[in-house]
Amino acid sequence: MAHDTHGHAHHHHEEGSSELSETALRVKALESLLVEKGYVDPAALDELIETYEKRVGPRNGAQVVARAWSNAAYMEQLRTDATSAIAGMRFIGRQGEHMVAVENTEEIHNMVVCTLCSCYPWPVLGLPPVWYKSPPYRSRAVSDPRGVLAEFGVRLPDSVGVKVWDSTAEVRYMVIPRRPAGTEGWSEEKLARLVTRDSMIGTGLALTPEQVAS
Amino acid sequence: MNGGQDLGGVHGLGPIDPEVDEPVFHAGWEKRVFALTLAMGFLGQWNIDQTRHARESMHPAKYLTSSYYQIWMEGLIRLMLDTGFVVPGEVHLGRQEVTPRDLHRDPVGENEVAAILRKGGPASRNLDTAPKFPPGTAVRAVRMNPEGHTRLPRYLRGCEGKIVAHHKAHVFPDTNAHGKGENPQHLYTVMFSARELWGEKAPASDFVHADLWESYLVPA
Repeated sequence: MAHDTHGHAHHHHEEGSSELSETALRVKALESLLVEKGYVDPAALDELIETYEKRVGPRNGAQVVARAWSNAAYMEQLRTDATSAIAGMRFIGRQGEHMVAVENTEEIHNMVVCTLCSCYPWPVLGLPPVWYKSPPYRSRAVSDPRGVLAEFGVRLPDSVGVKVWDSTAEVRYMVIPRRPAGTEGWSEEKLARLVTRDSMIGTGLALTPEQVAS
Repeated sequence: MNGGQDLGGVHGLGPIDPEVDEPVFHAGWEKRVFALTLAMGFLGQWNIDQTRHARESMHPAKYLTSSYYQIWMEGLIRLMLDTGFVVPGEVHLGRQEVTPRDLHRDPVGENEVAAILRKGGPASRNLDTAPKFPPGTAVRAVRMNPEGHTRLPRYLRGCEGKIVAHHKAHVFPDTNAHGKGENPQHLYTVMFSARELWGEKAPASDFVHADLWESYLVPA
């Protein structure tokens, strides 16, 4: 599907614009004010940033997927109660309070979106990428998921049905991608390296052994 | 509300343009807005539905042309103005002009952050009434156009789907966003065929699911 590529707001190419520096100044003023008023502690702000920049991210989700691929009982637990299955790996808390895992199969490909804002399973995937939060993805993921997938380089045969999950409530979804061929006997640690962030959103597939070797 | 945030099915918004090896934040100010929003939220003076409503209340033209964390910043300022945490002159100058609101506590400290994040904020609540719709029930999303907050997107209104899961009762955003109480309702995952939503050109094999509260649904 063709898309007009001209004249639209680009949400992550802002570096150097005057709007950016104005925003940066406003944020600086806001933080000074909130510190002066005794509402926030700058050290707590640093800790929040550090948590999501360094410690919480898609490597967590990749461990969940690798375990699901290796362990049928764990996969079954994910199907019946993903929140407790994922909590068992210590990935819990904010924006992951109510988890559902959706499993790709030979017949079904799943894809997650939040058309109304930016709902995303933080404990397993970290903070969402800009495209996930931006109007182009949010508008078309529900109405043209196959066109969206093509933009990510994923082309599904017509025999595969697409199931889109619009995160309209506090339930958070993660996709369990299909296990690539040629990975029999691999350790969970090795399998986890095949699991990309996009494969757990559903805009990508897991990497093949050849892709990680190259 | 039928605002700039309700994007499902909108055309003309351009390519998705994913960035390779994208950093978590793109500028120092984004980090600060993110952290300020969470830290102020920790004070418990507003809930997540009020936060979402503050953001979606931006003029649609501004919403669609602002970056994500610019929207967060505007939402945070609005919440703080509405609750009397700050006054407009203070936001403009970045200096205190009026006495702070008494928090009856110190601001959230560095050592409290991890525990607060781990605890999260579950939206599920106990409810004595039984769910109205068992899995498999054919339902229709109601047609409504509230000026206030709702989590029933426009593209689903009036469409028929099928209950595929029940999630117990969850806080009802439509009232919670306006300080009118949590009023928990049963929450369901509803599956809609792509053809029901988008017409005959959509593949018969494709489906869209959404999590919808009981009062958004009627028997089909």
